[in-house]
Amino acid sequence: MKLFPVRGGIHPDYRKSLSSNEAIVVMPMPRRLVLPLQQHIGAPAEVLVAAGEQVRKGQLLARGQGPVSAPLHAPTSGVIEAISQIPAPHPSGLPQTAIVLLPDGLDAWAPLPAPLADPFEAPPEAIREHVAQAGIVGMGGAAFPAAVKLGLGGQHRIDTLLINGAECEPYLTCDDRVMREHADDVVDGARLMARALDAPCVIIAIEANKPEAIDSISHAAAKFAEVQVVAVPVQYPMGSERHLVQAITGRETPARRLTADIGVVVHNPGTARAVHEAVRHGRPLTHRVVTVSGGAVRHPRNVDVALGTPVADLLAFCGGLTGMEEQLVQGGPMMGQPLPSLDVPVVKGTSGILALTAEEVAEQPASPCIRCGSCVSVCPCGLVPVELAAYIRKDRLEDAAKLGVQDCLSCGSCAWVCPSHIPLVQYFNYAKGRLNADAAVQRKNDRTRTLAEARTLRLEKAEAAKRAAAAVRQAAATANAATGDINA
Amino acid sequence: MLTVLLALTPATVFGWWLFGLPAILLFGVTVGACVVVEAVCLVLQGRSVQIGIADGSAILTGWLLAMSLPPWAPWWTGALGAVFAIALAKHAFGGLGQNVFNPAMVARVALLVSFPVVMTAWVSPQPLFSPGAPALGAALDITFGPGVPDAVTSATTLGHVKTELSRGIPVTQSVAEVPALRDLVFGLRGGSLGETSAIFVLAGGLLLLARRIISWHIPVAVLGSLFAMGTLFHAVNPARFADGSFHLLSGASFLGAFFIATDYVTSPVSKTGQLVFGIGCGVLAWVIRTFAGYPEGMAFAVLLMNALTPIIDQYTRPRLFGRSRDGAPLPLREDA
Ligand code: SF4
Ligand code: SF4
Repeated sequence: MKLFPVRGGIHPDYRKSLSSNEAIVVMPMPRRLVLPLQQHIGAPAEVLVAAGEQVRKGQLLARGQGPVSAPLHAPTSGVIEAISQIPAPHPSGLPQTAIVLLPDGLDAWAPLPAPLADPFEAPPEAIREHVAQAGIVGMGGAAFPAAVKLGLGGQHRIDTLLINGAECEPYLTCDDRVMREHADDVVDGARLMARALDAPCVIIAIEANKPEAIDSISHAAAKFAEVQVVAVPVQYPMGSERHLVQAITGRETPARRLTADIGVVVHNPGTARAVHEAVRHGRPLTHRVVTVSGGAVRHPRNVDVALGTPVADLLAFCGGLTGMEEQLVQGGPMMGQPLPSLDVPVVKGTSGILALTAEEVAEQPASPCIRCGSCVSVCPCGLVPVELAAYIRKDRLEDAAKLGVQDCLSCGSCAWVCPSHIPLVQYFNYAKGRLNADAAVQRKNDRTRTLAEARTLRLEKAEAAKRAAAAVRQAAATANAATGDINA
Repeated sequence: MLTVLLALTPATVFGWWLFGLPAILLFGVTVGACVVVEAVCLVLQGRSVQIGIADGSAILTGWLLAMSLPPWAPWWTGALGAVFAIALAKHAFGGLGQNVFNPAMVARVALLVSFPVVMTAWVSPQPLFSPGAPALGAALDITFGPGVPDAVTSATTLGHVKTELSRGIPVTQSVAEVPALRDLVFGLRGGSLGETSAIFVLAGGLLLLARRIISWHIPVAVLGSLFAMGTLFHAVNPARFADGSFHLLSGASFLGAFFIATDYVTSPVSKTGQLVFGIGCGVLAWVIRTFAGYPEGMAFAVLLMNALTPIIDQYTRPRLFGRSRDGAPLPLREDA
């Protein structure tokens, strides 16, 4: 298959060999599971259980609220210890509500919804419904509720479902392992999703540095004419949805649009596998594969772990830390976020837990920009990072916005190549955060103003109506008086 | 930075050999003065001298300046040049990365404009160990003392052609009198320390390309446009205009294309911008050499283009992903 060139990009040190040859191992249930209500983009789920309640594996603990949300299920049987505030597993560390579950060791299943007998005969909504009920979210890290994305087929004509097996972040190997070890499930899940989207064609894109995954997926896909496997060049950030779509189809997603607007929906292989589990076996999403890696982890490996498992327990299962760790990261080293603490749990979007040594972090003091232009050449979005950073340093965020800072992917390519070690992405994240906050305030003010205007208008109208009524009454009274006169 | 210095070494050593001890002395003075001025500026600003010197930029500036001076110029040209380059062109603008103009070229042009006689006192080659080469005593006299004995001065090839032209002698004839092509390529001619040998400068430039210190865009644009202008006008009127290869091989064409115009700080950041910039340098250098009062135009050309860099940057930004050139989101396809 002919691929289309993609602008920019870099070739970071891959470091995947630390864990790529480690088959997925299942971690025993930890003593306690901590399940945040919000493990997805959208509204947090609504709790259905109370402290002290006995629950069973797969039982619904919290249901989705609103159009973009996902329910939450018990990963094992046990007792609800509490519903409390915990530090959230993202860098803000702001507290978040979570259900704390004490496993009872029985792992006893609750009754599961019946699997779809013949999903390819059933209407597409049936698949979507199963995916929604199973609480599946995008497992590549973005954690967008999968069913919502599968619903896009209703509003758009989708011609291609693209499975993003690029996994271009250094260190991460969980998708690679899932594709190698569960190829049939991934392919089946992908076909089910294509059915839900009414998409005639499935393309599974895998970076060329994963020959085993390409082999096993190709083997599993061979039976299905509509499924194609494509090796994509090893280039970060090939895993960026829009860039992958461009590489495969040559289509460029317009700014502020979804890839669905140009006929492509992208899902992750882990998500495909979860869809297979939900539709074929009725199992909700309660576990995921996480890459635990980095030079400061004693036994880097890929772990199949219950959602809610505290990172501390997961690390202990991997032999613990060597004590040389300089930075703890969740996700990949390029786009991942620092871990606020070891108490935070694994959630649906956790693809990796990395403990990096000082050498791996290799943070160097920044020196002045020498305008070498490397950051301009590598930016996959066509931004001019050197110029943006100059504006942001002067706090001229409006100018940075005009030059498109909000289109920045935060992929980190620019900072990675910068010979002066300027933390460019940090500048852009700061600017995006500030601009978004300002926009939110602006929206709120606008809303308040519109409401106030509407109220004034309403009051004015009421006043006018009252006056009109009074006038009518007056006129009637006058008329009455007049007629009264006559009648009298 | 080390690679750049390494890349300059062959041409420099050749220049030392060609112009002998006075050239070596002047080279030492110029580089040393740049480092000293850099250190003084850093101290005055309360910045770390160690870090500032270690980045190598002052050494490079001094080196490039030394390479563009007449090899037997007196010591104070190097010293004064260092002040122009480092204090005025660099630190007055805010230091490394902030300067708008290439410091070495600012110094060269400032010296040329202020001391035109000294700055155009070229000597013909007096290779080291050759019978005519000045010994240490004479060399010290040349650099630090009374100066160059009149007997050995000569014109550069560009200067020669220019002078002859002003005397009504057609280029075709005066070019025939300049050193043979082979001597131009190897640099056996009068000129500044580092620009006479096209082949050694080119070798250094290729090293920079191979090590990806520079990209091909600027050098190719500079040399290509200079060559194109020369060839084009020569075709129109061979008696008035020297041809393309003459332009490439004389003066500071190669040094300018590979080492001066490619300066990161003062050239555009995008590849398109670099092409525009390079073409501008080449065309301007040709225009200045051909029509202006100075025989050599590369330094002026680079400085003029430096001034345009911010504007070039502004008009050559890449197109944003998902947006048209004017920044509006791309339209959706009709059939979607
Ligand atoms: S982080 Fe943003 S600006 Fe930097 S390369 Fe990635 S998209 Fe471009
Ligand atoms: S990569 Fe760094 S030094 Fe080079 S232009 Fe960009 S910000 Fe400046």
